[in-house]
Amino acid sequence: MSGPAAGYNFGYLDEQTKRMIRRAILKAVAIPGYQVPFGSREMPLPYGWGTGGIQVTASIIGEDDVLKVIDQGSDDTTNAINIRRFFQRVTGVTTTTLTGEATIIQTRHRIPETPLHEGQILVYQVPIPEPLRWLEARESETRRMHALAEYGVMRVKLYEDIARFGHIATTYDYPVVVNNRYLMRPSPIPKFDNPKMHRNPALQLFGAGREKRIYAVPPYTDVVSLDFEDHPFEVQRWDATCSLCGSADSFLDEVIVDDAGGRMFVCSDSEYCQRQREAIS
Amino acid sequence: MTTMLRVRNLAKTFTLHPQGGIRLPVLGGVNFEVAAGECLVLAGPSGAGKSTLLRTLYGNYRLQEGSVAIRHGDKMIELGNASPQSILSLRRTTVGYVSQFLRVIPRVATLDLVAEPLRARGVTATEANERAAEWLARLGLPARLWHLPPATFSGGEQQRVNIARSMIAEYPLLLLDEPTASLDADNRRIVVDLMNRARDAGAALVGIFHDADVRAAVGTRSYAVEPLREAA
Amino acid sequence: MKPLLRVAELGKRFGARTAVADVGFDLYAGEVLGIVGESGSGKTTLLRMLSGQLTPDQGRVEFTARDGEQLDLYALPEFRRRLLMRTDWGYVHQQARDGLRLAVSAGANIGERLMAQGDRHYGRIRDEAIDWLQRVEMPAERIDEAPTTFSGGMQQRLQIARNLVTRPRLVFMDEPTASLDVSVQARLLDLLRQLVAELQLAVVLVTHDLAVARLLAHRLLVMKDGRVVEAGLTDQVLDDPQHPYSQLLVSSVLQA
Repeated sequence: MSGPAAGYNFGYLDEQTKRMIRRAILKAVAIPGYQVPFGSREMPLPYGWGTGGIQVTASIIGEDDVLKVIDQGSDDTTNAINIRRFFQRVTGVTTTTLTGEATIIQTRHRIPETPLHEGQILVYQVPIPEPLRWLEARESETRRMHALAEYGVMRVKLYEDIARFGHIATTYDYPVVVNNRYLMRPSPIPKFDNPKMHRNPALQLFGAGREKRIYAVPPYTDVVSLDFEDHPFEVQRWDATCSLCGSADSFLDEVIVDDAGGRMFVCSDSEYCQRQREAIS
Repeated sequence: MTTMLRVRNLAKTFTLHPQGGIRLPVLGGVNFEVAAGECLVLAGPSGAGKSTLLRTLYGNYRLQEGSVAIRHGDKMIELGNASPQSILSLRRTTVGYVSQFLRVIPRVATLDLVAEPLRARGVTATEANERAAEWLARLGLPARLWHLPPATFSGGEQQRVNIARSMIAEYPLLLLDEPTASLDADNRRIVVDLMNRARDAGAALVGIFHDADVRAAVGTRSYAVEPLREAA
Repeated sequence: MKPLLRVAELGKRFGARTAVADVGFDLYAGEVLGIVGESGSGKTTLLRMLSGQLTPDQGRVEFTARDGEQLDLYALPEFRRRLLMRTDWGYVHQQARDGLRLAVSAGANIGERLMAQGDRHYGRIRDEAIDWLQRVEMPAERIDEAPTTFSGGMQQRLQIARNLVTRPRLVFMDEPTASLDVSVQARLLDLLRQLVAELQLAVVLVTHDLAVARLLAHRLLVMKDGRVVEAGLTDQVLDDPQHPYSQLLVSSVLQA
């Protein structure tokens, strides 16, 4: 435990800001799936790089926390490394790549394959929080639709998928209903991860920096993906297994390995893949 | 004898506001009754207000002075204070009106146009169309025209469509404004025959007939509509 | 029989200007009420108040629900009012693009209200959409095409289908034919006439076109400066207008 680098307040944000964001988080936890507006701050990296998630993490992180940061499932992409380094510098907390050991996991576009447990917090980076935005441009109207739970029209999008492709072709950022009340965008995670949100023992927090919204799914809360009776929700399945660890039930990325059409499938969750390989050897 | 229509002290004056509020008195002191099985001929020189009277009896022109009572089922309905809904109800089941001109509805086929009064009363499409075909055949309208809108028909053809449309519903009270005006002799005979049959079946008829032979053939009584003196 | 819609002493001011004053009428099932008058006469403001989109300053709008309950529109909780608007009521805009979702297919446009009502069966929604396309005389095979690929007349028919799919009992129409070519107007009017009679719809129709009013409306209200200056059966108002303004309006129309 080394503390923040000289000149930084712990967690980069000032204490007032952290308190303001914590209040927004508490409200979000109290009303699962409801988008709470908050005073998003300028961060030392551009919008779209996870400023919402970073502010949430900065507000909840304490000296004893162990932080893991992933980007598309991987601990070692530029975005993940930068955010991890940022927090090391402004908090001095321990970081890890091990899902099981982390107390806070900030993520972009994935939920780890290793099941989360009580006491952990998963922080999502959210680009567009409003699930109704594509059909209604006016914020006043979408708010009213949320207030009155007018969500039936949301299926129009799924209808279009089936009409065009014969099945629901939306594969990521797949809309869900939280706690049987609020319609929510889960951020651009693959729909493969949607079932993991349902009654998860961990606390799930969502931060949208540019749009200035925070929302939450408290532990053990119902999260149901929208569907039709005759076209039920389904997750992707692959014919292949992971070329590295042989896993048959994790989310696979297709990797092109040469310019002759050669390809392989590997786990998107790099830490999980590593663990599987260690278990085999 | 059952009174179908009772007119008391009817008067009608048009006020033309865009022309500086000129008042044109057209009818005054009109009194008559018509019973079932009668045909009252409205007599009087042209411009005496016969057509205006017929239109007022149909509720097309507003009744301003006097009383018009029409038997609707077992009640007498007073036109002067009838709601729009009850006037529409009168027109649906009790009062038919044959005007000199057919108001054409774009795109609607002749057969459907004639069947419409029956449909409005809830008769099925099949039955209504069958009866419409009978009436058009009776009036000698060539079958090739039945599925066309009557907009392009000749005056005589249009008039026969109009008569079929008004008589198909077998209204107990028929108001007829020159129903035979543009018909040739053969068709005139057919229409006179139809009117007589309706009257014999118990309908009350009130009509304007220009043609003396027609008047003689269908009328049972006549009522003189006197032209009013020019207003000062 | 109870009226479906009961309107009393309805009024609206915008600042110092009176947009609508003291309008009242009853509307029954199967009745088409035309509201005629020139631009600025308050027709559109009245329509917006009747259809739950603009809170009046004065007066009441009451609607009889399917179970016979008399609902005071502006005393209802907002969610009930909005529920009425997407189930028991329809609204046909002058411009089809204001009433359609242009980015999604014709089928989704028709199916939207069913989904909004909670229908969660794709096959059933699609069957209904096909049925309604045919009822408004559109080829069923165009179900997956976007409304932007349709002609103006077809877009308007699609808008009508999209409204009628939930079998509303009351439909508001704001100049439904005004933006169409004359040749297309006649066909649409005919379709509307047929649907109104078949479904026993009550309709409030705003139009400045007296020919449209004559074809569709059973009764008329003539509006001027926010007030109803004359009311009556359509043929009465058009053939024997009483009020100076109604006479002017009727005499200004060219006889075709």
